Amino acid sequence: MEPIQVIEGGVTALLRDDVDTDQIMPKQFLKRVERTGYGEFLFYDWAKEPGWELPHNPILATGRNFGCGSSREHAPWGLEDYGFKAIVAPSFGDIFYSNCTKIGLLPVVLKEEDVRALAGAGEAAIDLEKQTVAFSGREAGFEIDPDIKHRLLNGLDDIGVTLGNADAIERYEADRERSGPVTTAL
Amino acid sequence: MAKSLYEKIWDAHEVAPGLIYVDLHMVHEVTSPQAFDGLRLNGRRVRRPDRTLATADHNVPTDGSKIAAQIADHLSRVQVEALERNCEEFGIPVYSIGSDRQGIVHVIGPELGVTQPGMTVVCGDSHTATHGAFGALAVGIGTSEVEHVLATQTLIQPKPRSMRVHYRSELGYGVTPKDLILATIGQMGVSGGVGHVIEYAGDPIERLSMEGRMTICNMTIEGGGRAGMVAPDDVTFEWLEGRPAAPDPLPVDEWRSLRTDDGVEFDREIEVDASTISPQVTWGTTPGMVAPVTGEVPEPRTEGEERALRYMDLAPGTPIREIPLDRVFIGSCTNSRIGDLRAAAEVVKGRQVSSSIDAMVVPGSQQVKAQAEAEGLDEVFRSAGFDWRSAGCSMCLGMNPDILSPGERCASTSNRNFEGRQGRGGRTHLVSPEMAAAAAVEGHFVDIRDWERAIA
Repeated sequence: MEPIQVIEGGVTALLRDDVDTDQIMPKQFLKRVERTGYGEFLFYDWAKEPGWELPHNPILATGRNFGCGSSREHAPWGLEDYGFKAIVAPSFGDIFYSNCTKIGLLPVVLKEEDVRALAGAGEAAIDLEKQTVAFSGREAGFEIDPDIKHRLLNGLDDIGVTLGNADAIERYEADRERSGPVTTAL
Repeated sequence: MAKSLYEKIWDAHEVAPGLIYVDLHMVHEVTSPQAFDGLRLNGRRVRRPDRTLATADHNVPTDGSKIAAQIADHLSRVQVEALERNCEEFGIPVYSIGSDRQGIVHVIGPELGVTQPGMTVVCGDSHTATHGAFGALAVGIGTSEVEHVLATQTLIQPKPRSMRVHYRSELGYGVTPKDLILATIGQMGVSGGVGHVIEYAGDPIERLSMEGRMTICNMTIEGGGRAGMVAPDDVTFEWLEGRPAAPDPLPVDEWRSLRTDDGVEFDREIEVDASTISPQVTWGTTPGMVAPVTGEVPEPRTEGEERALRYMDLAPGTPIREIPLDRVFIGSCTNSRIGDLRAAAEVVKGRQVSSSIDAMVVPGSQQVKAQAEAEGLDEVFRSAGFDWRSAGCSMCLGMNPDILSPGERCASTSNRNFEGRQGRGGRTHLVSPEMAAAAAVEGHFVDIRDWERAIA
């Protein structure tokens, strides 16, 4: 995962609420066993509607509860492969939010009026260290869990970090090991 | 200090701040191949194959195929074969297509008794909250997290906030757990639970069967919740007694302590009067766009609702009961257990599916299928004109050949009515198994309460 510092550039607007991950990445593309190449399938059905436009930009400004529904990580994979580096919305589906942070796609929560203003501005700079989104000559702050921020800023591999803590996991297992369910004994 | 059920489980599993130990990891074919690739790429092993269990459910055909090689769809076959290979390589038990324990991951966990009170459960599937019905903390995760859990048996998880949905009074005649949760989502909205672990409590919940509690917890994600849970009680212990993975004897005293203590304050609390709830039917493209069967398609209040009505091809003011249907699907991790099939069979017994309807029943697991066949339910469905299938997720998400054609309208016992969910251009109305069964007979929605009285 590449470290994130400042994400700067054009803003694509998709101001719809409750965009579910079935729309972002329809089911037929979940049959692939690869992790790359999902960008061309992004919003596959919506992209066929007249008037659909989704310019390639680093920032996507979108509606409330973005990425709700299915846990498919194929949705963030598609957004990232399409070229987005940050998604800004008033709120996100929990699993989608977490999935984004695992692949270095920055989810940013701003107030609804700020998201609309950002969409209108067309350009922005998101500074993860400062936790700010700068657009139209002003700045809006955002919250992010300090651990997630640390990992994104440094482009850390979660598994590597956790395995560095393997002693704690071993101690935990030794302390609390109990019988069942042992799936291998069924 | 007084603690909630959720906090008790969380505290007992915190290896380090924000790092949660996972007691059970369930795996399926769609969200795991890239995770196994990641392990191989980094030379990592699966830390606890003995706490991991896999099945093939999302894209298996329901035509009775017995081995992966029989799957006609090339990509689906490759994915199921990859699951089998990965599980063999990493020593994970797998109930793949052809196994008599195969089925939807959230049906087989409880069925085998691997889901138990007080546990943490994860799966690369958003409906993992189902397992919370047993008083477990069960969360859906993405593929990167699947890889993390395989490698470390832990999940990095900033602590969610707590919420309680307190039900009072009691459910009316003909009103099911599906109606209860649909009405709750309608009340709190599809993002009302975001960032929260939700405990469902109150007399109406305590009176429910385990299957009913699973239906409720299953749809937590449709209200945005991170996890849903119900405190374990005698109903829970009776379910678990004698299951293949259940401890013998059950640690009932320990499990009884898994309750929210008096005086606990939740970050958020809502109250729902169960007695005011009617059978529910969704009319839009989110599970929160829902109305009582006695109601009408509403006037749209937002752009999203306008768009939903266009997609659903419905005019405001149309009585829900006059919406004509093309298909009926009884199945999915929400409503495909033996109790669901019994309830639906009771409705269709001795009747015929309307000539305008194509109806199917997809049992949630091969064990549910076998049980239903032992009880003769397959005959009830077949002679009524239903297609009787083998186990899988099937038309809940249409990854296998069971899909809607563009424009087709379906009464479905599944959990999502998103655009194109059951097939591109397909229109989904979410209902209970009883309501789906009655709609199959009549060709349109009916109020199961009047209908049953009329034929009694």
